[in-house]
Amino acid sequence: MEVVYLDNAATSFPKPEAALEAMMRYQREIGGSPGRSGHRLSIEAGRIVHETREVLARLFNIDDPLQIVFTKNATEALNIALVGLLKPGDHVITTGMEHNAVMRPLRFLASRGVDLSIVPCSDRGELDPDDIRAAFRTNTRAVVMTHASNVTGTIMPVQEIGLLTRERVDTVLCVDAAQTAGALPIDVAAMGVDLLAFTGHKSLYGPQGTGGLYIRKGLDKKIAPLMRGGTGSRSEFEEQPDFMPDKYECGTPNTVGLAGLSAGAAYILEKGVEAVRDKEDALTRLFLDRLHALGEDVTIYGPRSAQDRISVISFKLRDITASDAALYLDEHWGIMCRPGLHCAPAAHRTIGTFPHGTVRFSFGFFNTEAHADLAAEALRQLVKR
Amino acid sequence: MTPEDPFGVVLFESVSHALRAEKIIKAENIPCKLIPVPRQLSSDCGVCLRFSVVHRERVENALAGKLDFFDVVLL
Repeated sequence: MEVVYLDNAATSFPKPEAALEAMMRYQREIGGSPGRSGHRLSIEAGRIVHETREVLARLFNIDDPLQIVFTKNATEALNIALVGLLKPGDHVITTGMEHNAVMRPLRFLASRGVDLSIVPCSDRGELDPDDIRAAFRTNTRAVVMTHASNVTGTIMPVQEIGLLTRERVDTVLCVDAAQTAGALPIDVAAMGVDLLAFTGHKSLYGPQGTGGLYIRKGLDKKIAPLMRGGTGSRSEFEEQPDFMPDKYECGTPNTVGLAGLSAGAAYILEKGVEAVRDKEDALTRLFLDRLHALGEDVTIYGPRSAQDRISVISFKLRDITASDAALYLDEHWGIMCRPGLHCAPAAHRTIGTFPHGTVRFSFGFFNTEAHADLAAEALRQLVKR
Repeated sequence: MTPEDPFGVVLFESVSHALRAEKIIKAENIPCKLIPVPRQLSSDCGVCLRFSVVHRERVENALAGKLDFFDVVLL
């Protein structure tokens, strides 16, 4: 039985051959520690890390690649941004569609005296920018929001919120792009994004254990690092450097992973984010049409229009639990999907699927129409049983 | 650039800066090489960018406005 992988929102699979080759090349032929030592293998490792910054800077329209800090995932990036920026007495706004990567750090900060407002969204996961505007206070330090929901796929109005935060002197916009980096066009300058947290192993087609945080120039002065340690720079001093990116990057990095991320992101740049989006959008529309054809046995969550969502489709099958459906799809059809709450209890409360959750299918660049058709046929047979 | 030419080095805050500078300088077709920072200049464990002194002005112009550097030292 062929495996049909429809869990790309959790992690993309497979990866481009170039990403695998880049990791192999680094570990076979280079192997040095970047930024430590001055020998050719160390410098070559450093070039790999730097090239990764440059590729990502091009992808997100970041003018200085040194404003990108590498982390092990989007969660670490969000923790650096939120824990480093917000202080007791600050007010922060987020939405009712957030993943726990945003919600848990904010709940922790709320327990330490940060004032937290959670702006509700519609039961399709949609945010009204006016509700953000209405939530501003004089001490609002940040708006933290996902670029697209990992539960419903709803694309959030980041650019509209960027216009609002830019009007305010002391309010930054922090965006969780875990689901969208590589999948949707991102332009930090045009969108008014001050902090962009991304992961490498989803739509950037790198390996797990890679991700990063873009910090707008100057904002790093206001964000304390989470960790301190060796950076290969200023070695004569026992205090953490205060310049980018070393301020937030200590300890030996995941060079082999970044080699893969660099090649994965370069692959997306070469294909073009718009082309990737078009392909995934076509698969999403096809699958949504098939789902609608199953009638009342299927409840589909998220926006009515496919253009308002990324390639993430959450649904419920009459009285069949999400976990039973996922097990059936795996065992009988070789289809990999994700049942449950997807680490986003707030989003499920918003759309009315807490605590039973949903079945989630998520398409990637390497999926085909045949995959979408097979998935639809499997669901048709499941609901008829 | 031969080893006999007198050369200078650009010193940076971090290796990331040095690597970015290398790309900028190479894009201008100026010969350069990343080398360990000479001990007499710094006890840092980083690298610096070595160039032939004849290219000093071109190196400084290429980096100006694009990338901060600590210092240019002639050796």
